[in-house]
Amino acid sequence: MSKENIIELKGIQKCYDDFVAVKDFNLEVKKGEFVTFLGPSGCGKTTTLRMIAGFELPTEGQILLHGKDISNLPPNKRPINTVFQRYALFPHLNIFENIAFGLKMKYVDVTYKNSKGETIVRKEKLSKEQIREKVKRVLEIVDLEGFEKRDISTLSGGQQQRIAIARAIVNEPEILLLDEPLGALDSKMRKEMQIELKALHEKFGITFIYVTHDQEEALTMSDKVVVMADGMIQQIGTPEEIYNEPNTVFVADFIGESNIFSGKMTGKKKVCFCDAEFDCIDDLPAGSDVDVVVRPEDIEMVPSENGQIRGTVKNVNFKGIHYNITVQSGENEILLKSTKHVKVGEKLGLRIEPNGIHVIHAETDINTYEGVITAVDKVAFADGEFDCDITKLYPGSSISNNNLYDMDGNKINVIGNSVTVRVPISAPAMSDDIDAGGTKGHIASLIYKGDHYHYVVRTKSGENIHLRDKSLWNENDYVSVIIPKESIDLSLNAEEAQDV
Amino acid sequence: MRYSFSRKQLCIPYAAFLVCFVIAPLIVIFYYAFTNGEGRFSIQNLINFFTSSNTVGTLFYSILISVTTTVVCLLVAYPVAYILARSNIKRKAILLAIFVVPMWINFTLRILALKEVLSVIEGNLAYHPFLNTIIGMTYDYLPFMILPLYTTLMKLDNQLLEAAYDLGANKMEVFTRVTLPLSLPGIVSGVTMVFLPAMTNYVILDMLYNNTFIMGSLIGSYFNAYDWHGGSMISIVLLFIVFIITWATKGFTEKEPEKEAIL
Repeated sequence: MSKENIIELKGIQKCYDDFVAVKDFNLEVKKGEFVTFLGPSGCGKTTTLRMIAGFELPTEGQILLHGKDISNLPPNKRPINTVFQRYALFPHLNIFENIAFGLKMKYVDVTYKNSKGETIVRKEKLSKEQIREKVKRVLEIVDLEGFEKRDISTLSGGQQQRIAIARAIVNEPEILLLDEPLGALDSKMRKEMQIELKALHEKFGITFIYVTHDQEEALTMSDKVVVMADGMIQQIGTPEEIYNEPNTVFVADFIGESNIFSGKMTGKKKVCFCDAEFDCIDDLPAGSDVDVVVRPEDIEMVPSENGQIRGTVKNVNFKGIHYNITVQSGENEILLKSTKHVKVGEKLGLRIEPNGIHVIHAETDINTYEGVITAVDKVAFADGEFDCDITKLYPGSSISNNNLYDMDGNKINVIGNSVTVRVPISAPAMSDDIDAGGTKGHIASLIYKGDHYHYVVRTKSGENIHLRDKSLWNENDYVSVIIPKESIDLSLNAEEAQDV
Repeated sequence: MRYSFSRKQLCIPYAAFLVCFVIAPLIVIFYYAFTNGEGRFSIQNLINFFTSSNTVGTLFYSILISVTTTVVCLLVAYPVAYILARSNIKRKAILLAIFVVPMWINFTLRILALKEVLSVIEGNLAYHPFLNTIIGMTYDYLPFMILPLYTTLMKLDNQLLEAAYDLGANKMEVFTRVTLPLSLPGIVSGVTMVFLPAMTNYVILDMLYNNTFIMGSLIGSYFNAYDWHGGSMISIVLLFIVFIITWATKGFTEKEPEKEAIL
């Protein structure tokens, strides 16, 4: 089933001063699709939606509607309507006037036959009768017949939500944008509205672009999910693809519950993690470092002697349909779901079928920065200054009296030279003492990987420092980062290297 | 005996103030307005007011000054308040202060300064009494119009404007159909704060050499001539007008509970 693309976003980038809200955003949406932008708050999903609506102009890139560039068209000239997060119903108008607002602005082509029998097309506003009819019909669709005269303030949250949807769809837009429309509703109401929205979508065949941070909502309703983080698309796919074959550890962690382990490919379709070797279906080069994603429901409990992994039950939580069971195996903690009850302290074995194991190329295991030498024993990078061994850069050199001398005793001027800095992710450590480390920043993300957490500390100017830590820190904690002198690897950049 | 201090006792000073300076004078005014020189009940004062071309003329002149001042203030203040409230300019507070600071300067001094400026421009102030009065009034009351407008426009939810824009309204239509109706409470409270005082503030007229009476100066002239009965009746007519205007504009501000308390 190949339909034409209704809207295409090409190389979209949006910057506010220094801050890049959205970058390198490419997306094609087919007519009638239900597309969801999913991501944590601040990931750029709402900004992207606002660019499609026309409230923001992209700094770079194009938005094509039916192949025509609409990037610079104002919102009132786009056949696109929005359902706002807080509904944005007009408090000074009643329900009829709210819904009729867009219709009163609209011009439609009306065909006449003049006296000579020629047809003339004129742009005309809708008649009062037509408007009344349309409003009546849309109120029936959202199940609020006869509410025309009511005041907005007399409505419940769910009813206001429906009026907001009615106000948008009555204009028969080609694309309906929904910005976290269910965010303000309680969970039961939200579930009901999810089903209703999906039904509305099927009924109208209008293309829906939906923004949410609720992964369950995204999986339930969408044809296509766009997972975003830090202003970039992480993965585009159907809900099944996103869930079963996450591209990155971030997606695996964000969508549903998952066990993530650091592992290594040991042979063809063989992977080693949790001190055991497993068959898998992903084929990556042997010897490469990988992250392994295993969904809790894909782990099977077996008697201890039959298990690929052996461990002790550490925790059992009742969840209604199933139990959430945490098993400790060596240093690794493994989460699994089962309808069988086990006791804390029980020893058992775990088995994972090859199709339950999803292998992803490991993310950077080395942090790379551009740095500048600021003193004979200091290099500035990642918004901070670190003690480094610069003598390694110049073989045979030595430091005395705050100067660097080569083996012949000549002074080498190093200050201001630019260098490339490499730090393995195992090296940095975090500290609560803000002045303890060379640089500081906020914890931007953390992912649990069986026996440790993978942290990303983001500095003021947006440099990322990946690091591992066994203990749990909180997202957004302000920490300083300590990097031992020995583990900072320096190399001179090309032009400086020529000078030597 | 233990003395218990209740909340009710806190209003004793206010109640005393109210009785001495509001209720008692009102009773006195009513007494004088509806009695004649011999102390008998009479509505002659009311009849006198509406049959004398002098008093009715003054009433209309006052209304004319008030309406003109209010309209001019609104036309000047709305764009100022709108720009201050809706644009992203930094140091908004300083800009706002420029319009509000004159309020903190002594009233007489302000009008004297204005008089000098106008004299330089016009030569002889006596040629344009009405124009000068309107300029003086506008100068004096402009902050009272800007502030409520600024507050309402500040509170205006940007999403509503975006919603209107999204639904196909152009910038002008967004203004006329959403911004303007939603700023109505600010307009109404600005208008009441300008219109009513402008009817009675005769000091500005005096200082700018406008010899025509307005309601304030008319009342003063009656009392100066020891006609307490006539003067009281004019005060009551004025009170009645104020009451009618307040009552008529109440509907617009009702949606804001904090305003209702004031009215």
